[in-house]
Amino acid sequence: MLISTDSRTSFEKSKPGRRGATLTSSRCLDYQPVQKISESLLRKQVLLFPELTEPEAVRHFVSLSKKNYSIDTQFYPLGSCTMKYNPKVNEWAAGLDKFSALHPFQPEETVQGMLSIFYDLEQYLKTITGMDAFTLQPAAGAHGELTGIMLVRAYHNATGQGHRSKVLVPDSSHGTNPASAALFGYRVVELKTNDRGRVDLEVLLENLDDDTACLMLTNPNTLGLFEEDILEITKQVHSKGALLYYDGANLNPLLGIARPGDMGFDIVHLNLHKTFSTPHGGGGPGSGPVGVKKRLIPFLPLPVLEKTAAGKFTWNKDAPQSIGRVKSFYGNAGMLLRAYVYIRSLGLEGILKCSEGAIVNANYLRKKLKKYFPVAIDETCMHEFVLTLKFATNKGIHAGDIGKRLLELGFHAPTVHFPLVVEEALMIEPTETESKETLDEFIEAMIAIAREIEEDPKVILDAPRNLPIARPDEVLAARKPILSYRDLVREKALQSDGVSVS
Amino acid sequence: MHFHPLTDADKDEMLKEIGVSGFNDLLQGIPSVLRHPKLDIPAGLSEFEVQNLLKERLGLNQSQSDLLSFLGGGSYDHFIPSAVAQIISRNEFYTAYTPYQPEASQGTLQTIFEYQSLISELTGLDVANASHYDGATAVAEAVLLALRHTGRSKILVSSSLHPHYRQTIRTYLKGTPYIMQEFAFDENGQFSREDFMKHLDPQVGGAIFQTPNFFGVVENLMGVSESLHEAGALLIMASHPLSLSVFKSPGEWGADVAVGEGQPLGLTTQYGGPYLGYFAVARSLMRKIPGRLVGITQDSKGRRAYVLTLKAREQDIRRERASSNICTNQALCALTACVYMTLMGTLGIREVAEINLDRAYYLRAEISKLPGFHVNVNLPIFNEFVVRSDKPFARISEILKSHLILPGINLDEFYPEMKNHFLVCATETKTKGDLDRYVEALSQC
Repeated sequence: MLISTDSRTSFEKSKPGRRGATLTSSRCLDYQPVQKISESLLRKQVLLFPELTEPEAVRHFVSLSKKNYSIDTQFYPLGSCTMKYNPKVNEWAAGLDKFSALHPFQPEETVQGMLSIFYDLEQYLKTITGMDAFTLQPAAGAHGELTGIMLVRAYHNATGQGHRSKVLVPDSSHGTNPASAALFGYRVVELKTNDRGRVDLEVLLENLDDDTACLMLTNPNTLGLFEEDILEITKQVHSKGALLYYDGANLNPLLGIARPGDMGFDIVHLNLHKTFSTPHGGGGPGSGPVGVKKRLIPFLPLPVLEKTAAGKFTWNKDAPQSIGRVKSFYGNAGMLLRAYVYIRSLGLEGILKCSEGAIVNANYLRKKLKKYFPVAIDETCMHEFVLTLKFATNKGIHAGDIGKRLLELGFHAPTVHFPLVVEEALMIEPTETESKETLDEFIEAMIAIAREIEEDPKVILDAPRNLPIARPDEVLAARKPILSYRDLVREKALQSDGVSVS
Repeated sequence: MHFHPLTDADKDEMLKEIGVSGFNDLLQGIPSVLRHPKLDIPAGLSEFEVQNLLKERLGLNQSQSDLLSFLGGGSYDHFIPSAVAQIISRNEFYTAYTPYQPEASQGTLQTIFEYQSLISELTGLDVANASHYDGATAVAEAVLLALRHTGRSKILVSSSLHPHYRQTIRTYLKGTPYIMQEFAFDENGQFSREDFMKHLDPQVGGAIFQTPNFFGVVENLMGVSESLHEAGALLIMASHPLSLSVFKSPGEWGADVAVGEGQPLGLTTQYGGPYLGYFAVARSLMRKIPGRLVGITQDSKGRRAYVLTLKAREQDIRRERASSNICTNQALCALTACVYMTLMGTLGIREVAEINLDRAYYLRAEISKLPGFHVNVNLPIFNEFVVRSDKPFARISEILKSHLILPGINLDEFYPEMKNHFLVCATETKTKGDLDRYVEALSQC
């Protein structure tokens, strides 16, 4: 069998006395320091770790890896997530000792090579987005948003506009937008999008006032549509003294085609793990650099990378108006390195190929699929588009079910039930690293599913049947949380005692 | 370009299918003034050219492989078994997305479950999340959790908490109704009980203690959780995770929240990131914990299944009412930590801590014999300690540079009153020969 059916944890495969790593038996001292340490400071609680040899541990994890879909094994048309291929030379670079063995407290003169890479990356991100300065500090997109919101507040406080308490977001926005704003006490107002899936200028003007701190926008938006009124939107928002925040999750189709800085955005965050090919890692680590226009530069987080007149790179840790430090050290350096390698590999020509391929692939899929599934807003899209499965609900089929059937057919599911503005949404983003052949296979699968909706809905509702598990009971998981091996042991003990735990 | 499969013929055919005559027709929605800006990006390089460029650039660095390093302070050079890198390089792990589709993500989900279990063991607390960005951000989120949970406005932190963590908390609290107050440490670097109690008032929602603290000193927290709980506040603890196999766990000290830097669990120092923040809470705070949680349930056929759970806390569901804005965690770093801890096992995780103690106690004792250098040999430590020198640190650093040694972290950058104090770290990767070489070099200062 290619995929193991064993779902036991490492703890359940453990045998006392085994170990998977050797350490040294040599000691410098002829006594054990613990004997000199007060009993009251020492651990008495039993530490229960699994005990496996190296071959057992390796087999355990390798067989687990085979229970995953990944971009290196499957097509991942996951909308807004930009699951593009992760070039292997990125990983090669991150594995080099001259990077991986650098300590963050090393003297600056020993890390000039690293800092030169950060510096150049900042220049590339600036020219790509049209912003005036970048910080590479934020650890993820959501962390970049948090940093961006802090910048908004710092700017308004410094300019005597600290009263601004409202943040506007379209109802099609990513959940992190309202969450980031609310985390810092802003009142979030959702703007209803118009029937073309875009910001409704009238609704915007109704809500835009002297109390507005900023408008957070994704462009192209989560429907994959370019905000055609963007210049009017930014003009209006600026006229009220508010700032514009660009959620860079969907930047990929705009590479070399249009820049948020030129549109009038004041703050931009990027997701290097989307647009710039750093691996998603099963849910992180990401990296969320933030770019700003000139008037916001004094507020950027610390430390700030600077180039001296002598051409040396140095960290400035003391900018009086800065929002301060947002994490330890200097951002997710390994991700920054990979993004740098990616940009150097692509060059200008390759960058243009990214956006072109992303847009052509998305529109090709949209055009081919619209004969079988209604497109939420059927217009030329950018990198993604949204189908609606509303018509299938009378057969008992929801968007999520299509995702499950696709899994069974060997494709990762699209993003389902998002954006919230579309009922029964299926959000599809192919990216530029997929071939026409792969797209055609996907189209075939979708056509077959369209037929099944009409003729054999059960085959969809029972999917997936060929994966390590069938559909899990998520309600049970939340009602009776088993979140650790100890919880599991307790639960098993209760079961064997015949105690009902429902 | 070898990442982009569309040929010109493909493109032509697809554009025809789309119903446009050229690619630019697809850009009509973009105002023409915005279109096709000039970008200042160099021409692309072939793979071997990129490799040469990287070798050249990174060649300007000197790493801890070139220099004998005694740097710690929140990032540690620990031994990492070869199997760790092999496993996390499995394409199915590192190129997978967040496990939103559990049927196609059992590998990632199960490893996160195991990671949670291991962190729960180390910290002695019931519930661990799937990881946070790093130690500093995990601590900052713990502060927000404590203040929201208690409805109080003040957080107390020891001044011996890692400076980056304190700076990050300050950033997170700026402009909110919340404030952070620091309580002092004494001449030994241990927290001042008196000053702590003086700050503990009814506005305090929680207090953060790091042990071993930034100076490497293991704190005695006897009575601290009782005082805090009596005052209606939470105890938050931050620890070097490897120290917890020997020293009292946060759970044993009565902590409500344990957070900290997970990098020592099998991650390279890689110039400060990506790392991971571990984050664990007592069961009573389970529904307040930020970030992802993986739980066990059953599939429709009654088989065990791993799923993301208690999702009602999260931003994609709750939007502006979420417990945090965090979206991704540091899944691959959590996997790294999980593999490392699994390979170490019960015996190895204890032994590695013992070797750290052996190296640090030996080095401290040897330095104590040097004229002009002062250490307190009576303090309980794990793998780092403070050295005070009669000579300026800059001079020591300069001399040791000629010996290819990085002597430690200059403390007066963070504590201006600690002139010529530096923080020295010795992990299990140092041999007796390394330590003797360091002491010999110091003796020449």
